Amino acid sequence: MQEIKALIEKEIRLEWRQKYALNGMLLYIISTVFVCYMNFKLKVDIIEPITWNTLFWIILLFSAVNSITKSFTQEGAGRQLYYYTLASPQGIIISKIIYNTLLMLVLSLLGFLIYIIMMGNPIQNIPMYLVCLVLGAIGFATTLTMVAGIASKAENTSTLMAILSFPIILPMLMMIIKLSKSAMDGLGWETSYDEISILLAIDAIVLSISYLLFPYLWRS
Amino acid sequence: MVLLFYTVVQGVAGTIPRQPVLNETLRNVYFHVPLWFGMMTLMAASVWFGIRYLRGGNIKDDEYSSEFANTAILYGALGFLTGAIWGNYTWGTPIPKDPKIIAVEVGLLIYSAYFVLRSSFDDEQKRGRLSAVYNIFAFAAFMPLVWILPRMTDSLHPGNGGNPAFGKYDMDNRVRMVFYPAIIGWTLLGIWLTSLRIRLRAIKRLKMEQE
Repeated sequence: MQEIKALIEKEIRLEWRQKYALNGMLLYIISTVFVCYMNFKLKVDIIEPITWNTLFWIILLFSAVNSITKSFTQEGAGRQLYYYTLASPQGIIISKIIYNTLLMLVLSLLGFLIYIIMMGNPIQNIPMYLVCLVLGAIGFATTLTMVAGIASKAENTSTLMAILSFPIILPMLMMIIKLSKSAMDGLGWETSYDEISILLAIDAIVLSISYLLFPYLWRS
Repeated sequence: MVLLFYTVVQGVAGTIPRQPVLNETLRNVYFHVPLWFGMMTLMAASVWFGIRYLRGGNIKDDEYSSEFANTAILYGALGFLTGAIWGNYTWGTPIPKDPKIIAVEVGLLIYSAYFVLRSSFDDEQKRGRLSAVYNIFAFAAFMPLVWILPRMTDSLHPGNGGNPAFGKYDMDNRVRMVFYPAIIGWTLLGIWLTSLRIRLRAIKRLKMEQE
């Protein structure tokens, strides 16, 4: 526990020290949303709810892939060797996942805010949409952290990251879009328990698998 | 022992799937459905050898794992093809909107990515370790897609979304007599194909070492 706390603190401090990465991520989201705004809102001023929703999740997915890719590559090989001698692999993966989840939560909430301001707000059941956002952030963070760990060992990290993570994340994305669509339509909670529980189950599976497999990854 | 294995597989896979029973599209049940069963078995085998490689570090297990994945891709593509032929006659279009079809497309994507990942490493040990990790991870993420999602949404496939399963109506005992052996036969054929490729690789490796 102590170890995980220390590692998370280290991640946050590292991120804070190089603010350009964080700011870059925010700017990335803002500019993508702005492109959508110019092309949908200014040109035709009609956007179907389904397009609104899918567009938002695609923007989030891409910014998640971009921001999590660097979670293993930003530190040099020497430093990683140093951590290897200090901390247990389980501690490292858990702390990285928690940190990335926090990062994703911040990014997705801010992105959501900007998106609503620019593209209008057709959502009728906002609490449920927020729950969906949180579940999505956790799911993206866990899956992508593990994939980033795998991809960082190869040379062409960013290409590999995209092709490895998209098929894996697709089931989750389908569930998320379905759930958020019913939140937009203002359906009650009781209609969506199935989706929520499946999302929770997928998150749990991915989390436990990462916990089990990471030690093998870390050794190389 | 190897010879025995070889003849048994050849006998089962060679004759039984070709037995003509019904002169209709149901005939496809001997090809399409067992191919899926075979693919699932091969994927499971691939993951199993992946786990064994991680635990033992024997490079042979990694070869087994990758070859099983290879054959699983072949079976997936074949299953997709036979399904498209079947769908063309029964549902009107080769690729209708159906969760299972989406699932298999994703599955093929995953395993293609697996081979891209493999080809990007030179070091044998590293390649084995990382691809085994990805294999297990992808398998765990893929299974909910195949087993849970189709049962939640409406599907054209029998047994999902309110459609009756095969067993109730159109499977009489005569069909079953062929259907079950066909599953075993196709699965064993897949394993046999894989074992051939594994042996080929082993021979190549030995040759490399001798030179």
